[in-house]
Amino acid sequence: MPRKKFEPGHDVEHLSILDEKGKLDSRLEPEIDDELLLKMHRTMLFSRRFDEALLKWQRQGRIGTFAPVSGQEAAQVGSAAVLEEEDWMVPAFREFAAAVWRGTPPVGLLLYTAGYNEGGAIPEEQHDLPIAIPVASQLVHAVGIAYGIKYREREQVVLTYFGDGATSEGDFHEAMNMAAVFSTPIVFVCQNNQWAISVPREKQARSRTLAQRALAYGMPGIQVDGNDLLAVYVATQEAVERARAGKGPTLIECVTYRLSVHTTADDPGKYRSEKEVKKWEKRDPIPRFQNYLGNKNLLSKDEIEKLEKEIKEEIQGVWHETEKQMERLGDPMDMFEYVFHEMPPYLEEQRDAYAEFLKERKENHDG
Amino acid sequence: MADLTMVEAINLALRQEMENDDRVLVLGEDVGVDGGVFRVTDGLIDEFGEERSIDTPVAEAGIVGMSIGMAIYGLRPVCEMQFSGFSYFAFHQVEGHAARMRWRSRGRYGIPMVIRMPYGGGVHALEHHSESREVIYAHTPGLKMVIPSGPRSARALLVSAIRDPDPVIFFESKLMYRSLREEVPDDEETLPIGESRVVREGSDLTMISYGAMLHRTLEAAEKLSEDDGVEPEVVDLLTISPLDDRKFTDSVRKTGRVVVVHEAPRSFGPAGEIMARINERSFYYLEAPVERVTGFDVHVPYFAREQAYLPDVDRIVYGARKALNA
Repeated sequence: MPRKKFEPGHDVEHLSILDEKGKLDSRLEPEIDDELLLKMHRTMLFSRRFDEALLKWQRQGRIGTFAPVSGQEAAQVGSAAVLEEEDWMVPAFREFAAAVWRGTPPVGLLLYTAGYNEGGAIPEEQHDLPIAIPVASQLVHAVGIAYGIKYREREQVVLTYFGDGATSEGDFHEAMNMAAVFSTPIVFVCQNNQWAISVPREKQARSRTLAQRALAYGMPGIQVDGNDLLAVYVATQEAVERARAGKGPTLIECVTYRLSVHTTADDPGKYRSEKEVKKWEKRDPIPRFQNYLGNKNLLSKDEIEKLEKEIKEEIQGVWHETEKQMERLGDPMDMFEYVFHEMPPYLEEQRDAYAEFLKERKENHDG
Repeated sequence: MADLTMVEAINLALRQEMENDDRVLVLGEDVGVDGGVFRVTDGLIDEFGEERSIDTPVAEAGIVGMSIGMAIYGLRPVCEMQFSGFSYFAFHQVEGHAARMRWRSRGRYGIPMVIRMPYGGGVHALEHHSESREVIYAHTPGLKMVIPSGPRSARALLVSAIRDPDPVIFFESKLMYRSLREEVPDDEETLPIGESRVVREGSDLTMISYGAMLHRTLEAAEKLSEDDGVEPEVVDLLTISPLDDRKFTDSVRKTGRVVVVHEAPRSFGPAGEIMARINERSFYYLEAPVERVTGFDVHVPYFAREQAYLPDVDRIVYGARKALNA
């Protein structure tokens, strides 16, 4: 037999609907309710302003380290918005915009960044996992949940987030492979924000796209302009429909940019140029989407201003509420809770001994 | 009642729990069609299908990570690491998530899963197939660490582990898989996790062990009884964490002399924690320093020398005599 090419099975496409200059490809424009468009815009704007407020509070020493979302709002909101309430969302650690969309109270997010475990709780009605810090480790959980959905013959899907750096981890490979082998209802949303802390995308992988990796696992992969909310929405909608129809997983690579620091412990000046940041600022997903809504006569400049004011007040309210909660949450004994369903005797003993120590120290101090 | 090997007893536990509860499923490398490399999951695929007896790709982190996701979704996965020496591929999933998810989610997502893995030496295996690293798991908050000592306790403890609301690491001694048979009741039997038991009564010396080494310890106890005329009491821990220190505390307070036996390396090993508990609870009852007979702080040698590494009856007797004669 001569050498011949395999049928690749899938091509890898790049999808852009609303480009950085605001030009719309109306043939590809999705039909989305006005109400949903405005809600997506509000969530993006809220997330941006909340991010800025968090950064300010962090610099003032009022909260701890966090991973800002700025620049990636469209990649998160455009994908999360496709999910139904019954679906599952499995985040990494930078998905504040997606979390807000899903209904996580910002007070919780703020409490979390202020160092209180209470902030990590997910409201009962939400099918989301808490933040997962070890890179890519959450992806296999998402596959397990998706396996459960398939096993129970439910119509839910799982959507999981990760970054370009995560695609270098073994867990990414294991998750992609197993998701495809078991044909599970899952959507992998890679937010390729160009930088894994200080290592650029080109040093993360030599493949031309991250999306093309999907082909090796036997699933479709698509690259989208991740700062184009419409493109993210459309690609996710296709992937979610495929998953719900029992046709298995999809990888979506959202090409985006981390406009801010990796975390507040990071100084990007050490590894990337201002010029590059400026270039990406012009591709900012929020003004682009505002422009689109303006052209559709859904959002005027005045309304944006009004919204900005409303959000500013809301964020102030979030801070005051969080402060109030923090005053109530000082008890160190909380650390012994939730380690097990039932506290084992040795842990009770440690807890009681520590409580006794605290009591004695207080008595000595007061006396 | 049936006379079963440990392999058969564990299979019985899995089969019955899968019959009783459709949330229970098994997954791992070769656990389906092949029935596991030790045949522990033999036949489950015929009875419960490939959806519940899942042959996975060779991916330990994926197996444990998927199990975590399944548990979050409300299932009760029992996953198998083909050998405990390969469980380190999945350690970040165990430490980073299985052990922490309940805590991180403030009780929202408990992880009721079991990770079964063959452990220990003595079967002429290759490198990475003979270790006894229970302390890695016992040292990790949020995990339970169970090591049965025979077919009957393996069956009863595995049923309890599957029903436990928290993640349980379940070590199965390869040496014991087929080397002994015990009567195992057909009807359901459980043993509480976190409870040890006295398996031989005596008043002169307390011998503490578990897993495969329990049997060598019992043999050593008989030898001491016959040759030295002393009656050792033997405690089978069954659970390493949460460690039940009540039984051995009672025993130590009675005998004043102790030897702890395990095949895990010595430093920072289970005996270290047991000695600390004895120090805390029974220091003034001791007649002699506590002895420990353990593996050495080396890698388990290839099988031509592995018996030299493992505690044997003579070494246990030698250690016991030191405790008796001090």
